[in-house]
Amino acid sequence: MMTTTRWCAPLFLLALFWAHPSAFQTAGGQRSQPSDVELAISGDSGTPPRFAVPAFVAAAPDVEDAAKVLGEVLWDDLAFEREFYLIPRDTYASVPAARTADQVPFAAWRELGADGVIFGTVQRMGGNLRIEVRLLNIRTRQSVFAREYSGPSANPRGLAHAVADELHLQQRALRGVARTRLAFTSDRNREKVAGTTENRDVKEVYFADYDGANPRRLTVDRQLNITPVWAPDARAIAYTSYRRGFPDLYIMRPFDGTSTNPTAGKGSNFLPAFSPDGKRLAFMSSRDGNPEIYVMNVDGSAVRRLTNHPANDATPTWSPTGTEIAFTSDRTGSPQIFITSAEGTGSARRISTNESYADRPTWSAAPFNEIAFAARTGPGFDIKIYDIASGQTRQITFGEGSNESPAFAPNGRHLAFTSTRAGKVQVFTVARDGKDLRQITRDGNNYTPSWSN
Amino acid sequence: MKTFTISIRRLAGSLAVAAALMAAACGGKPVPETPQPAPEPQAVSTAPAPPSSPAAAKPASSRDSLPVPAQPLTDDRVSGKSLDDLNRDSPLKPVFFNYDSAELSEEAQKIAQANAALLRTNKTWVITVEGHCDERGTAEYNLALGERRAASVKTYLVSLGISVERIRVVSYGKEFPFDPGRDEAAFAKNRRGHFVVTAK
Repeated sequence: MMTTTRWCAPLFLLALFWAHPSAFQTAGGQRSQPSDVELAISGDSGTPPRFAVPAFVAAAPDVEDAAKVLGEVLWDDLAFEREFYLIPRDTYASVPAARTADQVPFAAWRELGADGVIFGTVQRMGGNLRIEVRLLNIRTRQSVFAREYSGPSANPRGLAHAVADELHLQQRALRGVARTRLAFTSDRNREKVAGTTENRDVKEVYFADYDGANPRRLTVDRQLNITPVWAPDARAIAYTSYRRGFPDLYIMRPFDGTSTNPTAGKGSNFLPAFSPDGKRLAFMSSRDGNPEIYVMNVDGSAVRRLTNHPANDATPTWSPTGTEIAFTSDRTGSPQIFITSAEGTGSARRISTNESYADRPTWSAAPFNEIAFAARTGPGFDIKIYDIASGQTRQITFGEGSNESPAFAPNGRHLAFTSTRAGKVQVFTVARDGKDLRQITRDGNNYTPSWSN
Repeated sequence: MKTFTISIRRLAGSLAVAAALMAAACGGKPVPETPQPAPEPQAVSTAPAPPSSPAAAKPASSRDSLPVPAQPLTDDRVSGKSLDDLNRDSPLKPVFFNYDSAELSEEAQKIAQANAALLRTNKTWVITVEGHCDERGTAEYNLALGERRAASVKTYLVSLGISVERIRVVSYGKEFPFDPGRDEAAFAKNRRGHFVVTAK
């Protein structure tokens, strides 16, 4: 586990740290306003602050690689939310290197146009890396952020992610996503399903960092495993597995090494979705004859049928408040997105009105409160976003390959989705305005991403 | 609700499932993967005696008519196979669906009727009807459509007198296309109700 401790060198405004401990909290990623506006570095009139993030300073040759990775990953993480303008790394050569914080050449950074510069050092402490990070205000020549972290030396990226999240929180009161993860399924192992005469590729559940690094395989079933979703605590993943020959729901807790099967083989069960409090799952089941939406406690108790319609009801997603559920139904002809009460009361209202086919709703939290879905726009699909408040729908992708299975980042500012634009099916991320497209997976085919808290 | 550790017990579970599958696949009448170059005459000698030597095969009942292999012999050949061989040769033909439809066309009904006849002859067979979809729908919604297709085949088979206990339905959505092509010919093959014998 990564640990963070307050670092307090006397040179760097010790008083600030003690006066505003709330600005340094890491727990829960809750929004918190920096209580001293002076901490936030601003840019020139109305433009985002311009930051430089050079490589960290290695205390010894054995951490030089880590020092480079730390600088690069922190640069990428800070660029991702687009709250800062990140000065390109290839322009830093003109700035004299600093070995210590008091050697930082403020004038040279100012010449490059920087409003703030990161100064970081890294050293090895046993099996851990210990880093010290400061954000220096170029104008005032003061440190506005100074923290020490330590974590496993095998994963310097994780340290950079922790720094990025805290910087976004302190500087912009923003919950960053640098420490979040994407779960998805993949056929990258190129194994075939056991126990069938057909030539069928297995899909196993994986997760990776939000930027695609550190992919890890979770299931070893040599079976079909589909539609993984993170629990709100980011410590459990629910998914559908055919490991017993038929589709059923499983909840894996990879960090505890346990797994449960809450639906216990009662009918065919698909498409699990955790409630925002993590206590319930919505899912699709045909146990009563045709595909309907059900809700149950995560331990499998208190199963309740939410929809009751002869048409197909599929792909449930919870509203951020947990009071409503959006789902897909073909009750009006083709598949369309509907919203209904999570208690099953009242009638469902259709929100996709101009689509020939719409599926996989995913609902973002405040302040955006939007529902993204995949809509047919030609031979394939594109991602669209419906804004609850205005009732307007906008398009995010435009016919480059087929684009499916959107999933919102926990801060609602980004989407993960799958696209065939690069040939095979791959996971991409994109900002909610359709900009800043990034390819996350490259190995095999990869499907149905879910973005952790 | 079942809880188990992932690393060891899960693996053990997988092995148990695999073992069970193998047992099921080879159950009763194991057939070698590669046929032995067995001497043909011996194999023939275990069959009913040829007409040219009636005396040697004279049954105890002393009836005049010889035990001529009739219709059942065909079934013996089929049931002598492993489940894998059986499914590889697909005695039960797939039914195909129209785009975004789970309705059984007249042609699909005829195929289902032929499959029902085979199920009536082979009374011990238990089958899974897999519902498959082409890639033009979404991954998620196709799970519902595949479920609906498989259920529609099951309902029809039951209406033809096949016991509901012998039919399991499984939707695979668009997960396992039979033809990876991107044209209508491929899509048509992938919109199917696929029959798999799971026990016999």
